Amino acid sequence: MNAPQDFRLLDDVDRRIIQATQAGLPLSVRPYHTIAEQLGVDAADVMQRMQRMLDLGIIRRIGAVPNHYALGYRANGMTVWDVADDRIDELGERVGQLDFVTHCYQRPRHLPDWPYNLFAMVHGKTHEEVEAKTALIADVLGPASRGNDILYSTRILKKTGLRIGS
Amino acid sequence: MDDLDRDLINTLQGGFPVCERPYAEVAARVGSDEASVIARIGSLLQRGLLSRFGPMYHAAQMGGALSLAAMEIPPHDFARVTDIVNDQPEVAHNYERSHRLNMWFVLATETPDAQQDTIARIERETGYPVYNMPKIREYFVELKLHV
Repeated sequence: MNAPQDFRLLDDVDRRIIQATQAGLPLSVRPYHTIAEQLGVDAADVMQRMQRMLDLGIIRRIGAVPNHYALGYRANGMTVWDVADDRIDELGERVGQLDFVTHCYQRPRHLPDWPYNLFAMVHGKTHEEVEAKTALIADVLGPASRGNDILYSTRILKKTGLRIGS
Repeated sequence: MDDLDRDLINTLQGGFPVCERPYAEVAARVGSDEASVIARIGSLLQRGLLSRFGPMYHAAQMGGALSLAAMEIPPHDFARVTDIVNDQPEVAHNYERSHRLNMWFVLATETPDAQQDTIARIERETGYPVYNMPKIREYFVELKLHV
């Protein structure tokens, strides 16, 4: 779905901007100027480069990631579905549009151990809420889904931001 | 949480402007002032209600690779394998989940080759197979957790 990767889209200044901001944006009145000062480049250049990375999809978006767990959404269910290959794109788009689905991906099956090819992340305050929402996904998929499961996270073993090396 | 906390969490999921004084623009949207918005975002991060604030980079578009991988680990060996998997700097998140495949982690590497190398290393050091499940397609979702 995404354009082929091309390292040449990014030059050294872009990569330094990425490294300076991947932990977060400065909480200063002029955050892009703060980054520019750190890197010894012009603030207008930093803004132009970040806007370009947004336009190219290198930056998905600038914004906040809520901590679902801390906000009371303690039941985090990864719903997984075995969906007919010839319908998965159409149905995946429809599942992604449900307002309680926060991520929706097609991934490879690993038969016979793992028959599921559609993953939809559902957050709820309780398991019952996640199950009720899962039933709504099942309605969208109908008979195109030949099986499904819900995997709840029972423990966070590691959580760090995504980083690229220097 | 008060109204400003909620307004900021809801608003900031949608996007943050690239301009000289972006916090002032956000303040205008939520009916607050620049200094309060800056202080409050810091407080939301500190209280753990936001896990991150800033640009979300797209690993694949940067030439890197992102994948989800799973393993089936017997309970008696779970702690040892957790240590090995968590020690890999390429492992960004790792969750225990309620399934026969009970360990699920996200691999973020600079190249697809490095992803294969990391998987091979984990398999060698743990002695268990890794089920690699890189995305084939991503279906569009709005970010819309409403608090």
